[in-house]
Amino acid sequence: MIGASLGAAAYERAPEISGILAGAGPVEDTRPARLSAKADAILALGGISISFGGVTALRDVDLEVKSREIRAVIGPNGAGKSSLINIISGLYHADQGKIAIDSQSFSRVSASRLARLGVARTFQNLALFGGLSVRDNIASGRVHTRRASFVEHIAGLPRARREDAAIAEKVDQTIAFLHLEAVADRLVATLPYGLQKRVELARALVAEPKILLLDEPMAGMTATEKAEMAGFVRAARDRHDVTIILIEHDIGVVMGLSDRVAVLDYGRKIADGTPAEVRANPAVIRAYIGTAEGEHGEGI
Amino acid sequence: MAVQALDAARLPIDWQRLALPVALIAVAYGLIPAYASSYLVEAILLPFLALSLAAVGLNLLTGYCGQLSLGSSAFMAVGAFAAYNFNLRVEGLPLAATMILAGISAAGIGVVFGLPSLRLRGFYLAVSTLAAQFFVQWALTKFGWFSNDNPSGVISAPHLAVAGFSLDRATGRYLLSVTTVIVLTALVWRLVNSATGRNFIAVRDNETAARVIGVPVLKTKLLAFAISSFIIGVAGVLWAFTYLRTVEPAGFNLDRSFQILFIIIIGGLASIRGAFLGAAFIVIFPLILSRLGAFLFGGLFDSGVLDMSQRIVLGALIIIFLIAEPNGLSALFDRLKRRIGSRSS
Ligand SMILES: Nc1ncnc2c1ncn2[C@@H]1O[C@H](COP(=O)(O)OP(=O)(O)OP(=O)(O)O)[C@@H](O)[C@H]1O
Ligand SMILES: [Mg+2]
Repeated sequence: MIGASLGAAAYERAPEISGILAGAGPVEDTRPARLSAKADAILALGGISISFGGVTALRDVDLEVKSREIRAVIGPNGAGKSSLINIISGLYHADQGKIAIDSQSFSRVSASRLARLGVARTFQNLALFGGLSVRDNIASGRVHTRRASFVEHIAGLPRARREDAAIAEKVDQTIAFLHLEAVADRLVATLPYGLQKRVELARALVAEPKILLLDEPMAGMTATEKAEMAGFVRAARDRHDVTIILIEHDIGVVMGLSDRVAVLDYGRKIADGTPAEVRANPAVIRAYIGTAEGEHGEGI
Repeated sequence: MAVQALDAARLPIDWQRLALPVALIAVAYGLIPAYASSYLVEAILLPFLALSLAAVGLNLLTGYCGQLSLGSSAFMAVGAFAAYNFNLRVEGLPLAATMILAGISAAGIGVVFGLPSLRLRGFYLAVSTLAAQFFVQWALTKFGWFSNDNPSGVISAPHLAVAGFSLDRATGRYLLSVTTVIVLTALVWRLVNSATGRNFIAVRDNETAARVIGVPVLKTKLLAFAISSFIIGVAGVLWAFTYLRTVEPAGFNLDRSFQILFIIIIGGLASIRGAFLGAAFIVIFPLILSRLGAFLFGGLFDSGVLDMSQRIVLGALIIIFLIAEPNGLSALFDRLKRRIGSRSS
């Protein structure tokens, strides 16, 4: 349902989004139905560049993401993957380029505004609130829906209680969805790493985002944990109609999970297409062989 | 920690959790007014209550919201002087209104000096809150208006009365103080267990993540400064009106700010109970030390030696706590309780 309405909204603004996409990257999406592809684009980046001091983290990157797609972004260490997600989530501001989300286009937008626009994310390094329980960490993911003031909270006035109850319900659903019942009341800092990663996914999912950005959600996990997490990511897309951008080093996971894959190398997009296309792309093979194969190579 | 505010909202009465507070309130209003000596009230309970409240306020800002402040004493001073002036200049203002206005004045100053927190963190923020300390003390000394042009700058506290009942005697001041502390602590307890309190913790634990999920970080920090300063301001009123019975800038110096910071470090950061445990420790510790010193060293242990040994022992204790038990007396207390619990079961 979300997908349908977004699709319609994006269609109205299609000229704007296609304008952003005009300078498409080196590897084109070659399918003939370009216009319809754009019409259901929920997110489009056009000509994004950012540098830190002398380091250019991203150079003229375009990325188009369709509604309900699992869109992987891969590349060697330092390729600029996290920077890309930081730009989409408003933590970094691009030096150049535009972002269009749904039907709105920006060159600069704050993180808190993006939360309200339906962008949620997880972090490459855990970014949980260690002093809160699992349940409270997850509940914090819906903070952008709260309106009651601290006075209403202290006094326990109806609006505050209503919000608490509504959020508690969503939190319970998310806890059940991600099988976190057993640890729901534990302090999050006391959980093993794999579970903390899952709590972070829960905190992002509970916001019912339109766009979910996952920065290496399976890094450092065992094979079983990875498979489990991959299952959750796929289920999140299927059940919650969320569009996912996934950064992941494990090529096996990426190929199995994603609809389309973009490849970054030294801040440039060097390939973009279906997993099969990307796997066959000579530039990608070069980029990966040029770096430590063992680190990324499992299953390519 | 496991008990949720959400659950609390569903089940307003949780007797097990309320047992201890109810017992304490019974002692506070029953036993103490009836049996406590005036020495116990004047020398121990009154400073303990005022410092506890100040520590509750600072803990909200530093323990819960993670904003380190060395300006507590300045906010106490603002509260005390504001109360003095409201009382002096507004005819017939009830005591409760005076205290609330004093708290609001302190909150206003707190927000102004909290503005740097939008940019600065940790040590740098602490240094910038020192500005509050020096500025407030300077302003209160420089402008005679604040102390009603009293030549010595030391003014005596006004008569205290609620609804015609005088509270000037020790028991009356104690009741005023303990009631204020209980009411404000209960409100803070509600706050820290609410979504606002969890926003404070989110900002403390990971500001970037808090921002991304939509916590209004700037507003949250300023709110923490405002509420914390309000409470510390009221604590300043208690300190001056019920304990010292005088109002003077010198009583609110940097030492006092550090003292309150030490209270929450020793008692336990982000713990309301810790503020009380820490304050009790800070008030009782010098008394014990002086008795012990006099017992061991007799006349050699004069006030100068006492003062110095107090500083040394306190400094050592803070280092020990920071290293060995960063969660303070409150965590030790919990561990003790668990051990007793497991033995009896
Ligand atoms: N805040 C920052 N300040 C300075 N340099 C930065 C910053 N963020 C990223 N960079 C630099 O930009 C480049 C790209 O970094 P980025 O984190 O986006 O890479 P990545 O593809 O996510 O790498 P990894 O796989 O190691 O996570 C790196 O050279 C990095 O040092
Ligand atoms: Mg990265």
